[in-house]
Amino acid sequence: MRRIISILMENEPGALSRVVGLFSQRGYNIETLNVAPTEDQTLSRLTLTTFGSDSTIEQITKQLNKLVDVVKLVDLSEGAHVERDLMLIKVRAQGAHRDEVKRTTDIFRGQIVDVGPNMYTIQLTGTSEKLDSFVAAMDSVDILEVVRSGVAGISRGEKVLSL
Amino acid sequence: MELLSGGEIVARALEDEGVEFIFGYPGGAVLHIYDALFKDCKVPHILVRHEQAAAHAADGYARSTGKPGVVLVTSGPGATNAITGIATAYMDSIPMVVLSGQVQSHLIGEDAFQEVDMVGISRPCVKHSFMVSKPEDIASTIKKAFHIAASGRPGPVVIDIPKDVTRPDEKVEYVYPPSVKIRSYSPAQRGHTGQIKKAARLLLGAKRPIIFAGGGVVQGEGSELLVELAKSLNLPVTNTLMGLGAYPGSDRQFLGMLGMHGLYEANMAMHHSDVIFAIGARFDDRVTNTVDKFCPGAKVIHVDIDPTSISKTVAADIPIVGPVQSVLSDLLTQIKQIREKETELPDKSALDQWWQQIEEWREAHGLWSGRRYGESDRIKPQQAIESLYKITGGDAFVVSDVGQHQMFAAQYYRFDKPRRWINSGGLGTMGFGLPAAVGVKLAFPDRDVVCVTGEGSIQMNIQELSTCKQHNTPVKIFNLRNNYLGMVKQWQDMHYEGRHAMSTYEDSLPDFVKLVEAYGHVGLEVQKLEELDSKMEEAFAIKDKLVFLDIMVDPMEHVYPMHIAPHGSMKDMWLSKNERT
Ligand SMILES: Cc1ncc(C[n+]2csc(CCOP(=O)(O)OP(=O)(O)O)c2C)c(N)n1
Repeated sequence: MRRIISILMENEPGALSRVVGLFSQRGYNIETLNVAPTEDQTLSRLTLTTFGSDSTIEQITKQLNKLVDVVKLVDLSEGAHVERDLMLIKVRAQGAHRDEVKRTTDIFRGQIVDVGPNMYTIQLTGTSEKLDSFVAAMDSVDILEVVRSGVAGISRGEKVLSL
Repeated sequence: MELLSGGEIVARALEDEGVEFIFGYPGGAVLHIYDALFKDCKVPHILVRHEQAAAHAADGYARSTGKPGVVLVTSGPGATNAITGIATAYMDSIPMVVLSGQVQSHLIGEDAFQEVDMVGISRPCVKHSFMVSKPEDIASTIKKAFHIAASGRPGPVVIDIPKDVTRPDEKVEYVYPPSVKIRSYSPAQRGHTGQIKKAARLLLGAKRPIIFAGGGVVQGEGSELLVELAKSLNLPVTNTLMGLGAYPGSDRQFLGMLGMHGLYEANMAMHHSDVIFAIGARFDDRVTNTVDKFCPGAKVIHVDIDPTSISKTVAADIPIVGPVQSVLSDLLTQIKQIREKETELPDKSALDQWWQQIEEWREAHGLWSGRRYGESDRIKPQQAIESLYKITGGDAFVVSDVGQHQMFAAQYYRFDKPRRWINSGGLGTMGFGLPAAVGVKLAFPDRDVVCVTGEGSIQMNIQELSTCKQHNTPVKIFNLRNNYLGMVKQWQDMHYEGRHAMSTYEDSLPDFVKLVEAYGHVGLEVQKLEELDSKMEEAFAIKDKLVFLDIMVDPMEHVYPMHIAPHGSMKDMWLSKNERT
């Protein structure tokens, strides 16, 4: 099953490589990975998505918790949560086809953030699934470049991941 | 307020931490530190002949004393040479602090002379690592490193120190912090009461229980309580290779080591048990054989300080995360409370039957109830260990290398006390023995310290004979000389139709007696069985010198029992070359 693991970790050199190293060392998958500083300068927030059986996920969370740099961790997929992935996609948009790309973008509530005579760059936010469907809706020959942020997530309601 | 340079701070902090020995080797990046040690430091420095040996010696010191071993090496090749020793300590959860020099801060990343990314290269085999960026941080980092290395599940911690951080001309205020708190690090202090209650119930209701205790009991100083538990319920006990000594080896309730080369009665009792009380053990593949077939009728209680060890390979029915001491004492209390009300527990007649069965296994194929190896006019390696056991009264520190000799020592030397059996279990590092023995001998100068080895293993760190001379560590080296990489040969005999690919040395072995004499030690050769005991006694009688006993043993001997793999279970074993369960 797909899981979203969100980690609060020390903003120290080497911390990220310990997390990533753990996955390759123990043969776990990382599907997406997103890291950025938080409002507290000493902490960064890392969100990753991974696949695995329940026992694999249990090992992954235990192994992550064991890293000295990891302060706190939550498996967001265990409860109600909001997740967002951001995509910038550059597509060929010419002639009559240009309108069609624009229409599809509107349907998906995307925004065109850069325009060229033969191309659009579209920005789209949502769940990974929604972004996948948008990519599927484009003709693959028209896709020039895809950049995604990886999932960022947060629990719904009062629940917070903090010190 | 005291002003010290970075190098002086390293020296002082190690003193203030109460470090007894530094094992190391100098080089460019650590020269400021060495100068500070030379000028003013009460901690003796042991100069090894190879940085791998520094780590093993620190490791031997740590295993025998329970205190973190300390290593000091230079950048680049000094650091990479130490890696095997660090990985060895990591696999067996041994507390160690490794200080490595690094090139000057402004050169990092430029492929400078003797630059290697030590934090990166050691990452998969350390508990944690630090790179110090300014002298003000050295003292607190050292304090943190010792705290992390020795608490929770112990392990090695690396501190990488760029050369400029230790410059003599930059002085900063020195205070050694009396304690540390690390917000992201808090190992469990106690087990969960509810879980411990459940475990007490399960153990008391068991008809065929067994205690399966590992190195965690040695490290967590849980031996006394473990004995109390076993005695109070009349439970049979088996130990892992790392756990030997956690339960007295000569006690009636001890079944010996379990696993790949475990004793027949230990493996049989595990397989047929209904409740396994696993403590400080990690169900490693050398124990379980095929996991799917592991102990089919058993419920598993698993106690460990490290949650990742629990249900990693074998699912636990009752997981308990906590230090062995507190969990055992809580468990004993619970058991007592239940038994006060329910006096019929445990089921005595079921236990009697279970013990009867175990005694039958013991009689049939136990290594201690009859001679299980063949007759020969040559010395059998098992006999060499039996003699060693007899002559040392079971009370020596036995430090082993890796191979057949290691397994024979584990099977035939019956350790009554924890921390007497020192070996590389997890990584299986040939070359561990001699340097580790040096660390043990320094910690216990008045005790007999024996390195049991083979010609393969000893040659991997034989240069340490020179360290032994310089630092006066008169260990006894017992070379079980079979003229083969014996363990490799055994596998080739069993799985490759006896094709001995690169497991012989042909005529290339040195004359070990002459070799050790060249280093200034004593060498003795043992050819005949009749002289085995007397030569050993002679070796131990020489108190102030290192003695190397070159013991010619039967090269055809295999280690048995041996698990049948692949696809075998705990109970599937070869008992000799042509007899199996
Ligand atoms: C550093 C290292 N290299 C290779 C091995 C693989 N290995 C395991 S046992 C063994 C043979 C050991 O020979 P020796 O030390 O003579 O002991 P014996 O088995 O003959 O008692 C080898 C090569 C190892 N464990 N460690």
